[in-house]
Amino acid sequence: MYHSKKTGSKLTAGVFLSPSIVGMSIFVAVPILVSIVLSFTEWNLIGSIKWVGIDNYITILKSDKFYSSLKHTLYFISLYLPSVVVISFLIASLLNQKLRGTNFFRAIYFLPVVTSWVAVAVVWSWVFNGEYGLLNYFLSFIGVDGPSWLTDPDWAMTAVIITSVWKDLGFVTIIFLTGLQEIPDMFYEAASIDGASGRQKMMNITIPLLFKTFHFIIIISLINSFQVFDQVWIMTEGGPAGSTSVIVEQIYRNAFRYYKMGTAASLSWILFFIIFVVTLIVNKIKSKMEVE
Amino acid sequence: MKVNQILKMLLQYILLIIGGFAMILPFLWMLSTSLKNSNAVFVMPPQFIPSFITLDNFVEVFSAFPFLRFMLNSVFVAVLATLGLLIVSSMAGYAFARLDFWGKELLFMLYLGTMMIPSQVTLTPLFIIMRMINWTDSYQALILPGFISAFNVFLLRQFFEGIPKSLDEAVYIDGGGHWTIFLRIIIPLSKPVLATAGILGFMGSWNNFLWPLIICSDTKKMTLPLGLSLLQGRWTTNWNMLMAGTLISVIPIIIVYVFAQKYIIKGLSHTGIK
Repeated sequence: MYHSKKTGSKLTAGVFLSPSIVGMSIFVAVPILVSIVLSFTEWNLIGSIKWVGIDNYITILKSDKFYSSLKHTLYFISLYLPSVVVISFLIASLLNQKLRGTNFFRAIYFLPVVTSWVAVAVVWSWVFNGEYGLLNYFLSFIGVDGPSWLTDPDWAMTAVIITSVWKDLGFVTIIFLTGLQEIPDMFYEAASIDGASGRQKMMNITIPLLFKTFHFIIIISLINSFQVFDQVWIMTEGGPAGSTSVIVEQIYRNAFRYYKMGTAASLSWILFFIIFVVTLIVNKIKSKMEVE
Repeated sequence: MKVNQILKMLLQYILLIIGGFAMILPFLWMLSTSLKNSNAVFVMPPQFIPSFITLDNFVEVFSAFPFLRFMLNSVFVAVLATLGLLIVSSMAGYAFARLDFWGKELLFMLYLGTMMIPSQVTLTPLFIIMRMINWTDSYQALILPGFISAFNVFLLRQFFEGIPKSLDEAVYIDGGGHWTIFLRIIIPLSKPVLATAGILGFMGSWNNFLWPLIICSDTKKMTLPLGLSLLQGRWTTNWNMLMAGTLISVIPIIIVYVFAQKYIIKGLSHTGIK
């Protein structure tokens, strides 16, 4: 009697869990199952559903559009990820010094994180304006004739990346700062007594002890960058000339512009597969580095 | 040595100020542009402080688009979604932390498993389901999906498990049951983690763009981000009006941020510790 009271009856568990289970079924589980089925069919939302087997996957894997969106996504990641990690780490190191006013600066750096992507993307579209934009005005000081960023296929993705780094660095900084504050002062004091330089402290204390933080940030940023969409959609809609077309933009376009539900579903599973494999690889590298 | 330290500190301040300036400048530029008339927008070199300040852009934005409605929709959707998220997740978190039932481990693994599936996978089917039950352009469709987050269930379960079970004993002795433990012990002791989950949920809902974009075509139901994108589609080169609209859309969240800054930053920094 006493025991069953402690662990709860089936009814109690049912009551506590049912809202979550019902919600998870409707909004997660059923859509996942539908998505799997959908990915093997052809359907335009109105007509009849046609079973096509793995044709959608084959078509996608043979299409240039898929590879160009994958290429652009990877390009985005290759510049975004190192920039956001390095810049945020530097800011976090500065904010971790015992300087006055760090709380104020922390609040400023964090401001874009709470602002919606749509607002940020609209403001930066104006900053990137070729003729009257703020950025090109500043560039003219150092004698650079800036491009018309968002309408120039060579520069549009760079503009999207700069905006993304600007928006996200506050968040990454906070995560680094939390990690830095967990390192006991004692370690640095001991190193100072042994005559270690600032650089040595950084390489031998800070970076190794932040290993887990780095790993967490890289995984989170990778997963998020593979899903990049809002900023691209507001700033360029994947243009000009498809130069900022990314995977999720292709999913959205297929589903809600071309009404190819099957193609959109297959593409989303390909995205899942890519993210899954990349996460596995990063974790593998991590455990290998931990052994050494 | 002394001089070196002062120089180092000076350099650190200069770097922080330059960086801070880069973070704040786009916001100031938005404010400045929103107060200009159309002629002043296209002037080179740009005027940082407009020579002629006008509020016409704001009047224009409010008369051309139901911006007040967008704002109220955003508040309504975000508040209800956050409340629902907290109630649903904490109940489920409690069940996983304190109750014993058949298939518990398996169910929990399934919850964690769904976290690996990107939201884009469920997006299209969810739209199709909403369309089948005629929920497109409805508040339900905007709010209810926000109740569900496996991550939050996980976050709360972890925290609840850290609360000593010995506290439960007192309730049993007094003849209370699980509801009493949940409401009188677990919830009051979990305020920090509930605040984190609440802030994340609120910001997620407030800033959400893709889901409203898919589910809403009726301006009466649109939230701020979607309304703003509508504005952007209409006025591609009227930067002063666009900036006025953007400013209106960011003011509420910036006010919340100014007052709850400490909790928001602290709350978000906890997401990194696992």
